[in-house]
Amino acid sequence: MKRFGVVIFPGSNCEYDAALGVTQLGAEAEFVWHSDTDLSRFDGIILPGGFAHGDYLRPGALARFSPVMKAVAHFALEGGPVLGICNGFQVLTEAGLLAGALQKNRGLTFLSHDTTLIVASTRSVLTSEATIGQELVVPINHFSGAYTCDDATYESLVANEQVILRYRDNPNGSRGDVAGICNETRNVVGLMPHPERAMSTLLGSADGLVLMSSFVSAGIAVG
Amino acid sequence: MNSPVEPLHRALGLTDSELGDIRGVLARDPNALELALYGVMWSEHCSYKSSRIHLKRLPTKAEHVLVGPGENAGVIDAGDGIAVAIRIESHNHPSAIEPYQGAATGVGGILRDVFTMGARPLVVMDPLFFGELDDARQRWLVEGVVSGISGYGNSVGVPTVGGELTFDTCYASNPLVNVLCAGALPVERLVLGVASGVGNLAVLLGSTTGRDGIGGVSVLASAGFAGDDGAASLDDAKRPSVQVGDPYEEKRLIEACLELLDRGLVVGIQDLGGAGIVCATSETAARGGVGMDVDVSAIPLREPGMAPYEIMTSESQERMLAIITPENWSAVEALCAKWEVRASVIGRVVAPVVLEDGRSVGMLRVRDGFDGEVLAEVPASSLADEAPLYDRPRRRPEDLDDIRDDDPSLDEPVGSPNDDLLDLLIDPAWVYRQYDSQLFLNTVVGPGRDAALLRLAGPGLPASQRGFAISTDSNPRWCALDPRVGIALTIAESVANLACVGASAKAVVNCLNFGNPEHPEVMWQLSETVDGMSEACDALGLPVIGGNVSLYNESGGNDIDPTPVVGLLGIVDQLVAPPPGWAWRDGDTVVLVGEREAPGERTFPLGGSRWATLRGRRGGRISDFDPSRIVPVIDFVVGEVASVCAARASDVSAVHDVGGGGLAVALSEMAASTALGVLIEPSITHAELFSEFPGRFVMATSDFEAFEARAGSVRLTRLGTVGGGRLVIGALIDLSVEQIVTRRSGALEAALNALG
Repeated sequence: MKRFGVVIFPGSNCEYDAALGVTQLGAEAEFVWHSDTDLSRFDGIILPGGFAHGDYLRPGALARFSPVMKAVAHFALEGGPVLGICNGFQVLTEAGLLAGALQKNRGLTFLSHDTTLIVASTRSVLTSEATIGQELVVPINHFSGAYTCDDATYESLVANEQVILRYRDNPNGSRGDVAGICNETRNVVGLMPHPERAMSTLLGSADGLVLMSSFVSAGIAVG
Repeated sequence: MNSPVEPLHRALGLTDSELGDIRGVLARDPNALELALYGVMWSEHCSYKSSRIHLKRLPTKAEHVLVGPGENAGVIDAGDGIAVAIRIESHNHPSAIEPYQGAATGVGGILRDVFTMGARPLVVMDPLFFGELDDARQRWLVEGVVSGISGYGNSVGVPTVGGELTFDTCYASNPLVNVLCAGALPVERLVLGVASGVGNLAVLLGSTTGRDGIGGVSVLASAGFAGDDGAASLDDAKRPSVQVGDPYEEKRLIEACLELLDRGLVVGIQDLGGAGIVCATSETAARGGVGMDVDVSAIPLREPGMAPYEIMTSESQERMLAIITPENWSAVEALCAKWEVRASVIGRVVAPVVLEDGRSVGMLRVRDGFDGEVLAEVPASSLADEAPLYDRPRRRPEDLDDIRDDDPSLDEPVGSPNDDLLDLLIDPAWVYRQYDSQLFLNTVVGPGRDAALLRLAGPGLPASQRGFAISTDSNPRWCALDPRVGIALTIAESVANLACVGASAKAVVNCLNFGNPEHPEVMWQLSETVDGMSEACDALGLPVIGGNVSLYNESGGNDIDPTPVVGLLGIVDQLVAPPPGWAWRDGDTVVLVGEREAPGERTFPLGGSRWATLRGRRGGRISDFDPSRIVPVIDFVVGEVASVCAARASDVSAVHDVGGGGLAVALSEMAASTALGVLIEPSITHAELFSEFPGRFVMATSDFEAFEARAGSVRLTRLGTVGGGRLVIGALIDLSVEQIVTRRSGALEAALNALG
């Protein structure tokens, strides 16, 4: 059985939901405290949503210095799948594992509601089982979710098909409607919406299943 | 500055007669520190001294009640080995002064009340009351309060799934910020805030203790205290007594406390809220019938130079008091270190003192050092339980009959019903879009609907297919006209809201927001409210399992309208499919379920309706409370909706309670949720359009004959067939669904963004 590590920083709060997201698909989940430094026992790592270290300074700015992040970088370098959801995405950009940054929403308020995502690339550990152009209803829940980066970075993300998910109706002012991206080797993914919150029709949407299932399978459809 | 000759006890909010009582308890004069302890513990906020004799009349018992009023939270057995804890509180006065922190710390406090019982907090709801939005200060309050709830609740990781939003001029100077929290626990983890076991240690968990919030519950922050014990300069004493919250500390505290309880490392646990350490230590000791020594020098402080009275009464947030055995200290210390939660031994449980008359009394002793000088020594129960109780004078307002005779139900209709209806539409989405309503993956019906509905699941809970539902309700317009009947109707309305998500009501918590209890009219309102609540709860078979009283909501001598808020907890036995929402389907039959006419003097009462308030009419009669008419209707609706939740085949496509704004607003909200209109066939009068009384539902069915057969003796009125893009009600209402949607969704933001 595949085993996923869910990293808990002080201030993380979606750790139980992220764990449910993989156990629902038949994998194991284990919490990893932010001071741990050995991730070798895992088949994949999730950085869940929340407010790591209180988001003081700015989201993810302190979390990148947590001891576990060196191990996450090493795990990623070895090709291990790493998923950052919401605050986890912010942490991954601050840690330099993903390009760009997340800034405050255009309207300067917290936003919690459903969004419709459009799959822009299936070449990532999060989207391998989806189809290009597929529309997925997945909720957002963030204050600082507007994706931004410089022109050169954006052009290279687009050229390399590293933009994996876009918003149909941009809720937060993200550059190019970007909702999620991956790294060049496609094993590190980050997105602001919460796929783990969209895994049951009882709760409103099961459209996140294809994303979490891709990640759990970690079938990397590289080039 | 107050007169320097004011005696200390008065500066602390104690009356001369209360000072006499304290002398009687101690058989000597209290010292300054002891007076300060009584000052906060005998405050209205902590002691309920004006309301307690009335609250005793509420029904509190039922077979499924595990913990009733008086503990940190009420608890019911929800089935499948799961208990649900629920509590509601007010944070009105702090929010009026500092809306962000006032609202934020309100959330923090209520969460601690719930996890103190061993329950993981699963939902928060916030009933909010402000003045009209045509005033810039109100908009500042709304934005501050909402961002405070959002900022704290989202960060700490507990979903906010609903609440209420009321605008009325009576709250212009006294906004009300109530907050409800419910959580769940495995039944066997239930713990109480009791100290026991002589020699056990009192451990303070969480934040350091600072000068924030001193005198939050009383009038400590005033002249007269400086000098006596070298405590504080006047400037220090004048610091804001609003606390400051840290949700990240609270999140770690929740996880640490739940793990301490899971591992059986604590004997008892108590949160620190109003009146801080003195309240937590005296209450736990009093409940356990033991004494407690508290070492003020062992309490980690946020700033130097704090006097013992400041340390003992500080309301610094994110702190808990755990009673543990000495053998477990190293395990507790290690667990807290893992969660980066500070833990300090600050006291110990001691044997009660046996008096000459044979009574044994647990003493709260404040010491400087564990075996150091005794700075204060008073019976713990005298602080916690023995404040004087007052039966304050009550008087029915003299002008009430005149107000009730000024009844808008008798008016000839004026103006345009179309315009009135549009003015009544308001979608609170601007508020709840700022709240995380989905954390823990339980939210089946979130904010903005009749009631919130969640799966009864969470980390560490046994598996269950049950769901739990919560609705918070109030109707100050009804209660101003008739507090006794008004609260009964409010509770019926709340039960009806739960029915819309298929839940049977199981328990009530209340937050009684009133004006100044020294005004006899206010005490009359409070007493009538308690009687009306008792009558309704008896009739509906509901126990009251907890509550909070917030008095002195007055400004410039003007009291707020009586604003009792109820939170109702309901259970759905099998929740495997979402209940029908408001979205009816093309071609469905729209049915009014329940009696069309109200019981009482007026067939379609408009007194206390939102329509009348819009028209500036605040008088009139409200409906009678007649449970024999309401209960069968509610039972039918619960059955119909619960059947959908259990994934059984059903022809029911939509259900909505007829609430604020009456039938016209209910139909508009349903039309807005699918962009499909309806042509209403029966003749509806202007009064029926906007009249408000509980026990009516609008439902939609794809098979009216089958629906009618199941309804039995419940009265149904066929209203029309879903279709087209207009809502048409006789000659009175003709609106396009787009107009309704645009107006409803934009109303709040338009008001908030208005210049002025």
